Amino acid sequence: MSTSNPAFEQLTRKEYEAGFVTQVESEQIPRGLSEDVIRLISSKKEEPEFMTQWRLRAYRHWLTMKEPTWQSVKYSKIDYQDMIYYSAPKKRPTLNSLDEVDPEILRTYEKLGIPLDEQKRLANVAVDAVFDSVSVATTFKEKLGAMGVIFCSFSEAVKNHPDLVKKYLGSVVPHTDNYFAALNAAVFSDGSFCFVPRGVRCPMELSTYFRINAAETGQFERTLIVAEEDSYVSYLEGCTAPMRDKNQLHAAVVELVALDRAQIKYSTVQNWYPGDREGRGGIYNFVTKRGLCAGFRSRISWTQVETGSAITWKYPSCILKGDESVGEFYSVAVTNNRQQADTGTKMIHLGKDTRSTIISKGISAGRGQNTYRGLVKVQKTAQRARNYTQCDSLLIGSQCGAHTVPYIEVKNSTARVEHEASTSKIGEDQLFYCRSRGISEEDAVSMIVNGFCRKVFKELPMEFAVEAQKLLTVSLEGSVG
Amino acid sequence: MLEIRGLHARVGEKEILKGIDLVVRPGEVHAIMGPNGSGKSTLSQVLAGRETFEVTAGHVLYQGKDLLALAPEDRALAGIFLAFQYPVEIPGVGNMHFLRTALNALKRQRGEEELDAMDFLTLIKEKMKLVEMDQSFMNRSVNEGFSGGEKKRNEILQMAVLDPKLAILDETDSGLDIDALRIVASGVNALRRPERAMLVITHYQRLLEHIVPDFVHVIAGGRIVKSGDRALALELEQKGYAWVDAQAQAAPPARAPVKGARA
Repeated sequence: MSTSNPAFEQLTRKEYEAGFVTQVESEQIPRGLSEDVIRLISSKKEEPEFMTQWRLRAYRHWLTMKEPTWQSVKYSKIDYQDMIYYSAPKKRPTLNSLDEVDPEILRTYEKLGIPLDEQKRLANVAVDAVFDSVSVATTFKEKLGAMGVIFCSFSEAVKNHPDLVKKYLGSVVPHTDNYFAALNAAVFSDGSFCFVPRGVRCPMELSTYFRINAAETGQFERTLIVAEEDSYVSYLEGCTAPMRDKNQLHAAVVELVALDRAQIKYSTVQNWYPGDREGRGGIYNFVTKRGLCAGFRSRISWTQVETGSAITWKYPSCILKGDESVGEFYSVAVTNNRQQADTGTKMIHLGKDTRSTIISKGISAGRGQNTYRGLVKVQKTAQRARNYTQCDSLLIGSQCGAHTVPYIEVKNSTARVEHEASTSKIGEDQLFYCRSRGISEEDAVSMIVNGFCRKVFKELPMEFAVEAQKLLTVSLEGSVG
Repeated sequence: MLEIRGLHARVGEKEILKGIDLVVRPGEVHAIMGPNGSGKSTLSQVLAGRETFEVTAGHVLYQGKDLLALAPEDRALAGIFLAFQYPVEIPGVGNMHFLRTALNALKRQRGEEELDAMDFLTLIKEKMKLVEMDQSFMNRSVNEGFSGGEKKRNEILQMAVLDPKLAILDETDSGLDIDALRIVASGVNALRRPERAMLVITHYQRLLEHIVPDFVHVIAGGRIVKSGDRALALELEQKGYAWVDAQAQAAPPARAPVKGARA
């Protein structure tokens, strides 16, 4: 591959576009974590007693746990007492009216390309906007409500639909699951809640847009989606944060439940601030995402495009409990400069004739490190379970790394598990071929990488696929040379 | 149009071109023949700007300008087209998208309006007839899973769409059966123009039965050792490359590098 190229050098310096800070007065609680802090968060959110107790149980369990060290990422020790666990814009909006949201915040989302004003929304997408620790606005609530679809912030769900929350909260990711999930359960401040009743096909894309604004705060949100029998919902989350030279922790939990013949499509375009070229700053994205295919022929698809964060640690998984249920995982993970990603999925086959598909595309550039870590587990009960896994890595330059760690455990002899993996470099011959047709080097890289990711992008809702392609191009700018 | 003087090039420490001299005028078709390893393909790639090869001496003028100073994409935008001996596969990138991107880059350069998908489709349908390709090719990834013949036809299709001033065909006949050869050659012939020059690089004389050249040059040991007209190709076929090698031995040693690019 050619060595230094001035055009690329220049592009490398391109700044993270979502890196601005919004000047808004916010209410924060003191640094540190204790039972008192948890009670304080719970009381600020005016939660019922069962929630407070649930949080405390999680906190006490967390105290007994150790931070995991098995993942292939390196970072300096996180001081959990030096972090702020709750930050909210001071002007508390009445959650039903956009008019009362601080105009600065509306402008923030506008600037990020997510207008919250329903009149301005072009696409058929309902948005829940989470700013630091709280949800500031949810659009199209009434229209959805008419069909029985509940789409609101988690806080509202706790108030207005406590029975549903009680029934499903922690049912897929219990607070004992892992270190970060326990921490989240103790301190989570908001997130999105979605309930699609029996037989309803949700007429629009639902999406949550997470924005970290305040400094030195952690963001801990929780998303819970329940799709009843014969329902369908497609959900998308997007994430950005300002550029800061200190690392910030984002430890979210997402739980999905699909009942008989229900389908949930969950897409993520993650563009948290990745840190600068030397690896200063950036978000630690330590997330637990899991879906339970509880019902017969239920189906859960995870699609993720991970371009941001200093460190990404997440394994969106499916528990295929219902017979003939289907789990899918489509992933593009990009690491450039000093970014590190350890990501993949777990497919746990319990029911008969369950099927899962894993398509993972890792792209490493600069000094990025990219690990695919996956588990396919077929239990005794899972007669004729099938899995197909394809893991491809693309290397750009010679200082990056790609690693594949697939675990396969099969306890049923009728199961069929296939695994394919490949690692390749962007070929000098491919680049030259494009350039000899008049296509510039940077357009050629973008074209080749997008081609590499095509199988994943086609799983994204149309308007977000375009967004993801652009994001990918921006993330990789300056990576050749 | 193209003037090559004392061109030396190497890959790593190995010198491959040892003083090429060649002048090509608009409308002319020059065939370049030679045994394997003589430097034919290197010449084509050096002209297209492949960075694997380092030019150590000599110069190339294209339309009066220093060609070697241009990046590969700028050469393409200036009207040079290389039909690859081994067209490259680009998985996941649609053939149509690829070709439209290339054409629009060219149109931008010329200050013309870019073609949208519909207009491009109309254009491509017309051009595809030339190489007897059907539309299903357009929806496949660039060269992925194409047979040898399909890949070469795809090259000629690209040439037809990009409408170059100087086309370099690098062993376009290699790996083709008789039918594919006929299709490719008739495609090329249809693209002959008074203002377009072609450099046809081939190992075998048979291609030149279909694409009749104005001039034939024989390369051996990194130099053009013999030039003539069509008759030279026939003579070469009769006598074999051993005859050329003997000529090469007898030829005077390469001129010392004129412009020492590197000490």
